[in-house]
Amino acid sequence: MEYVDILTSASFWAAAIRIATPLIFGVLGALICERAGVLNLGIEGIFVVGAMTGWMAVWIGADLWTGVAVAAGCGAVFGLLHGILTVPLGLSQHVSGLGITLFATAVSYFTYRTALPNVSSPPRIEAFQPLDVPGLSDLPFIGPALFQQTPMTFLALALVLMVGFVLYRTPLGLAIRAVGDNPAAVEAQGLSVYGLRIGAVMVGSALMALGGAFLTMSAFDAFFFGMINGRGWICIALVVFASWRPGKALLGAVLFGAFDAFQIRLQNEVGGAIPSQVFLMIPYVLSIVALVIVARKADYPRALLQPYFRGQR
Amino acid sequence: MAHENQESGAERDLLLALDSITKRFGDLIANKDVSLELHSGEIVALLGENGAGKTTLMNILFGHYVADEGAVTVRSRSGALEVLEPGAPHAALDAGIGMVHQHFTLAENLSGLENIVLGTESLWAGRFSRSKARAKLKKLMETSGLEVDLDVRVSRLAVGERQRVEILKALYRDARILVLDEPTAVLTPQESESLFATIKKLAAQGLGIIFISHKMVEVLGHSDRVAVLRSGEIVADLETSICNRQMLADLMVGHSVETVQRTPGNPGKPFLRLQEVCAGEGREALDHVSLSLRRGEIIGLAGVSGNGQATLQKLISGLQTVTSGSITLEGKPLPAKASAAIKQGVARIPEDRHHDGIVGSLSVASNLVIEEIRRPAYQRFGLLRYGAIKRRAEAAIKAYDIRCPGPRARARLLSGGNIQKIVLARTLDQHPALVLAAQPSRGLDVGATADVHRRLLEARDRGAGVLLISEDLDELFQLSDRIAVIHRGHLSAPVPTEALDKSAVGLMMAGLEPKKEEAA
Repeated sequence: MEYVDILTSASFWAAAIRIATPLIFGVLGALICERAGVLNLGIEGIFVVGAMTGWMAVWIGADLWTGVAVAAGCGAVFGLLHGILTVPLGLSQHVSGLGITLFATAVSYFTYRTALPNVSSPPRIEAFQPLDVPGLSDLPFIGPALFQQTPMTFLALALVLMVGFVLYRTPLGLAIRAVGDNPAAVEAQGLSVYGLRIGAVMVGSALMALGGAFLTMSAFDAFFFGMINGRGWICIALVVFASWRPGKALLGAVLFGAFDAFQIRLQNEVGGAIPSQVFLMIPYVLSIVALVIVARKADYPRALLQPYFRGQR
Repeated sequence: MAHENQESGAERDLLLALDSITKRFGDLIANKDVSLELHSGEIVALLGENGAGKTTLMNILFGHYVADEGAVTVRSRSGALEVLEPGAPHAALDAGIGMVHQHFTLAENLSGLENIVLGTESLWAGRFSRSKARAKLKKLMETSGLEVDLDVRVSRLAVGERQRVEILKALYRDARILVLDEPTAVLTPQESESLFATIKKLAAQGLGIIFISHKMVEVLGHSDRVAVLRSGEIVADLETSICNRQMLADLMVGHSVETVQRTPGNPGKPFLRLQEVCAGEGREALDHVSLSLRRGEIIGLAGVSGNGQATLQKLISGLQTVTSGSITLEGKPLPAKASAAIKQGVARIPEDRHHDGIVGSLSVASNLVIEEIRRPAYQRFGLLRYGAIKRRAEAAIKAYDIRCPGPRARARLLSGGNIQKIVLARTLDQHPALVLAAQPSRGLDVGATADVHRRLLEARDRGAGVLLISEDLDELFQLSDRIAVIHRGHLSAPVPTEALDKSAVGLMMAGLEPKKEEAA
């Protein structure tokens, strides 16, 4: 059966992990923000910012890792903006987040157009190449699936471990988990609610921007309008799917990547008879189904969406 | 300063001095020129009605608010008296002030241990080590008698256990001044007793303790000194030994208070019957509950919140259905529909009056007629009759003494007592057959409480049957003709109040058999 062949081929899993990489960045970023009690719907726009600024830095002449740092930094700036609007000012996190998405997207496009007024086809950069790990890359199946990825994919996987470690094994992570559940608990222990929340949103936004940067610096080698294409929104859903846990976030992202890689291959197998849009729908439909199953029991951070004002009871 | 040091060497033992604290919120003066001292080993009760400024004062002490005038002086760990940095909880913590807030400040997704160590180590430290904290806490639990499982998520802890975590949190930071804001509000009588035993133990170890309360009994029973706060001012600062109940009540309210006296009722026929009712799930499940309520009688349902009262309220309010058994009102089954319950004459005074009792963003007038809005008196051809609604509101505001800017004021801006008056006016003026009153005086001050009690007795004397769900034993014994105890979904048979004593009911509320009756 050809479906089984698809699922057992190394190239399929390589593609799944490649597709999952930007989602891993994004879902980790969203997870950090929400663990601290702030929903960051600016994610879609911050993806665009990361994609554009990272690519642009390299195009101007910076090396690739500097580009990654630039993307993260620009993401953090928009995170700071969202943080200030929603934490000390206590504005609606939904409204501010959607505003950030519109604003960040528009600013990115504007900057791109201003810098490159006359190009018809997007200029290319020398993107990250798959990392050839001696020995491991030659393993059967696992070699091509796991060890022919670009360095940014390894960064994403390392970040899963790091975020998990920080959240569950350090005093900082303890404070972040506490501030997302009951900010008054944090304040009563002499810590700064605003500092923790804004900091978390900035770091989370930096990770989101890395997701965007992966697309222009690793998956592709150029910046296109509309290339983010809802990946940010998928991350918001994946956080719920993951019950705000980094390990499950990785699982969710890879699962989505697998759905997507599968639909591409399925199109080739049985294409023609069924319109291609039906296949494009598959990962989204399956995501919704997975969410319905998992998220009904979701244990939201209790203080998510709730602004905290000092002294208010 | 209002308080005179009575013992020699008191100066050395002085731990804390509030000096002429004044705090304004807009036009409202929450604290006016308040001075208070606390010494090592002393238990001070801060007594006052709701809105007297007790919590505000303690929040200034802890740095949640900044006082407009005045200063807080604390004996620092080095032994010198120093002015406390205002508006900085971390400074208060460093100075050895520990606070147990009325609404616990615990992160429920963390364990007790994690809540306790939160903020005690540098955020930038790598892994935390738990063994040292554990050892210290073990010792603290032994010396203070506060036992609690520290590795369980706080969300799984009962209220009393959460409070113990809160106190341990302060002790873990070596607090020498412990402030407890209405610590017994959520506890059973037995838990309260053990809390005060702990407090005494801590005071004996040299801590200075301030507890906030509006219950005279515990103030008289457990403090060395009482400071009475009224309208933001300290009106008395006395040795507890020279105080009595009446004197404190009068000081607190500012005039003499009359408590409502229940007269023997004149009960009629049973009209509300619950037979073997099972409903709900989890902690709030009801397990084969039977009850029959007569007209013209008040049955008090004693019990700690979370033992099935919520389910019972929902059933009788028409918001939930039984899984088995039956509920009948005047022989007819009570439908699981709120509108039908109202039509059959069920007056509902809900436990969470801010959330379930009113629609906060609507006006006082709208809230007063909201249950009767379909009646022709208030609408014609589907359009509201604002004239009639306004007249109704003005009459109710006058009759029930609802303090508000006017009928058009938004209900949420009113104080708790006045919101409760809206609920009373709305429900009792419909001359209900059944009054379901859940914690009707919780959080209300002495005056408002007396008002609620009087209204409930009036309703009874008009022939209504009243189900009074309460945790407050004084209230239950004051109003009820018969009392039943609910615990873990089981309801005991109602017993005439005269045949009961408070400590027995308190034990039953905690799930213990009060006396006799050996296991068969």
